[in-house]
Amino acid sequence: MFQLRPEGRPANVIVVVEGRLVRVPAGASAAAAILAAGLHSIRETSVKGSARAPYCMMGVCHDCLADIDGVANQRSCMIEARAGMQIRCQNRGRRLNPAPQSS
Amino acid sequence: MERYDAIVIGGGLVGSAIGYGLARAGLTTALLDEGDVAFRASRGNFGLVWVQSKGEGAPHYQRWTRGSVDQWVPLAAELADKTGIAVGYRRAGGVHLCLGDEEFDQRRQRMERMRREAGNFGFEYRMLDQREVADLLPGTGPAVTGASWTPYDGHANPLRLLRALHRGFVDHGGGYIPNAQVVDAVPAPGEFRLVTAAGELRASKVVLAAGLGNAGLAPLFGLNAPVRPQRGQILVTERAQQLMPIPTTTVRQTEEGGMMLGDSQEDVGFDTSQKPAVMQAIARRAVLSFPWLRELQIVRAWAALRVMPPDGLPIYDQSQRFPGAFTVNCHSGVTLAGAHANVLAPMIAAGTLDPWLDLFSGKRFDVSAAA
Repeated sequence: MFQLRPEGRPANVIVVVEGRLVRVPAGASAAAAILAAGLHSIRETSVKGSARAPYCMMGVCHDCLADIDGVANQRSCMIEARAGMQIRCQNRGRRLNPAPQSS
Repeated sequence: MERYDAIVIGGGLVGSAIGYGLARAGLTTALLDEGDVAFRASRGNFGLVWVQSKGEGAPHYQRWTRGSVDQWVPLAAELADKTGIAVGYRRAGGVHLCLGDEEFDQRRQRMERMRREAGNFGFEYRMLDQREVADLLPGTGPAVTGASWTPYDGHANPLRLLRALHRGFVDHGGGYIPNAQVVDAVPAPGEFRLVTAAGELRASKVVLAAGLGNAGLAPLFGLNAPVRPQRGQILVTERAQQLMPIPTTTVRQTEEGGMMLGDSQEDVGFDTSQKPAVMQAIARRAVLSFPWLRELQIVRAWAALRVMPPDGLPIYDQSQRFPGAFTVNCHSGVTLAGAHANVLAPMIAAGTLDPWLDLFSGKRFDVSAAA
């Protein structure tokens, strides 16, 4: 769906998007890597589970939320892609384990 | 010049609920909305439909609030049916968490006073000990010594409520007029002329529901509405799986999964700025209540101004000098939406407030009357 512009900076940063190795230029966002990976969606909405993918690319719409290096609900468009970064789908709301108090 | 049966000044939750009730009763009604220069408490509130802390020393306010949550059920159903907008009202009870023994003791005494004041009307509550709270809510912290619980409390999505009331109002033939700040009024009994930024309008009834703006508007109509701003700040977290079965006064989980943290109260005039020290105090109490909240990111925060009468109770009045002019003031536009749409609006449509509402008259602030 999306292709890197051939005249752009060299795509020498390799990140992992849902298990796929993706190359993007230095300075690209994690959301750009998600688009470059060709995924149709990166998250499911919290209430209805509808599929969503990066949209506004400027931190407003929250449709690019992803699990990045194990941290849930990250706006991938606001985070720079780093070598070895693990980007995974954010499905529904964040899972938590509210451990009962021990006393 | 446009002529209406009634003009409601104020397009927030209070004005919209009254306007909805008037239009539904068949009155040709205009709803004047000042615009985005207004303080708009209805866009900044917490979304509780709350009973348990209302009306200590004023049992009529407890009764009025209880009556309102009873009206919330049919109102929410009617709005969903007519407008297709689900306002997300959930009434499954609610708790006020107590941190420390002193808070628990004070809360227990307060709840017992309210039960006694309620008399035959009744006031069902339970004080829950630490273990009972831990059974009811997920992962409460060791600082939580207990809680008060009542079955009357609940919560809703206040932004959807506002949208549904506006939609319902327009569907009933009401005229919503934005950017219509009232700049002058020429009152006469049963015949009011308003000069607004959107032109001149006339009506046989006027309802002042302009929130903090009522303080300045009321004297033009021979009324008294000495409301003052009280700032509240709110933090909202990222969306999480559904964990909270019921809301608390300081922490609630929205239908979408975000956790709302709030309940600060500051007397700082018309200042809507956010203060880190207050945000910190809100977050600290929330994390003491539910330590697992520490994991969640804050994604949004804001400050807004509550509309606060001097004694915290609503002010409802019809002008003696200019009959047909009414004023409606309260800090609980969400909770009281049921009573405003289904009880108060029909009285205004009929032209007379029930005598027992005299307890809410603004005359109680009249120094000469009190002396």
